[in-house]
Amino acid sequence: MTVLYVVVGVLFAVVAVLATVRVVMGPTILDRVIASDVLLTTLILVLGTEMVINGHTRSIVLMVVLAATSTFSTVAVARYVTNQDRTDTVQTEIAKEGTV
Amino acid sequence: MTADQLLDLAAGICLVVGALLSLAAAIGLLRFPDALSRLHAATKPQILGLIFIVIAIALSARSWETALVLLPIILFQLLLTPIAGHMVGRAGYRTKNFRRDLLLVDELQDAVTRSDRAADEAKPPEEPPTKRE
Repeated sequence: MTVLYVVVGVLFAVVAVLATVRVVMGPTILDRVIASDVLLTTLILVLGTEMVINGHTRSIVLMVVLAATSTFSTVAVARYVTNQDRTDTVQTEIAKEGTV
Repeated sequence: MTADQLLDLAAGICLVVGALLSLAAAIGLLRFPDALSRLHAATKPQILGLIFIVIAIALSARSWETALVLLPIILFQLLLTPIAGHMVGRAGYRTKNFRRDLLLVDELQDAVTRSDRAADEAKPPEEPPTKRE
């Protein structure tokens, strides 16, 4: 069993690091908000895993609250994304021509 | 092997499956080319991974009260994750945060142009007519 638990811990650590890398790299605000959503989901999963490993049920309330509120930030950011938040070729062409 | 050990083993396997789904999402986040496909990868652990972890908790706690409290977690995620995904996808399409050359079919484009044209026609004329003499 200990081997299983170690494997699970390593996997979740890798997931958190990779999601953080995407948050830092971007390139657009949508990528960042999707990656931070994954990071928050990983936090919920880690809370559950810790309860299974240590054999208690005290963090369930925290899991419920996080599951109920995790999408608010995503919706709030997605509501206010505009064309200026784009960093693809179109945006650079517009910037090159100087007609923003 | 007793029944307790068997349940513990099942819980451990559920944990590993949930963690593997999270890993798939994280790899997809890094490897996929644009925001919309990253969104597709990101939603995998939010529902199925969470269901596996919740099953693991229920298997290790072994009480109906705990199972009853665990139900709202899945319920909230099932209700709220599609809302967030829809909002992000809509914002991503409207601001063209995706690579059109990767699309095979774009069924949304017709609807967007139609609604844009309708909005243009419904708009009042640029200069309101001056006072009638």
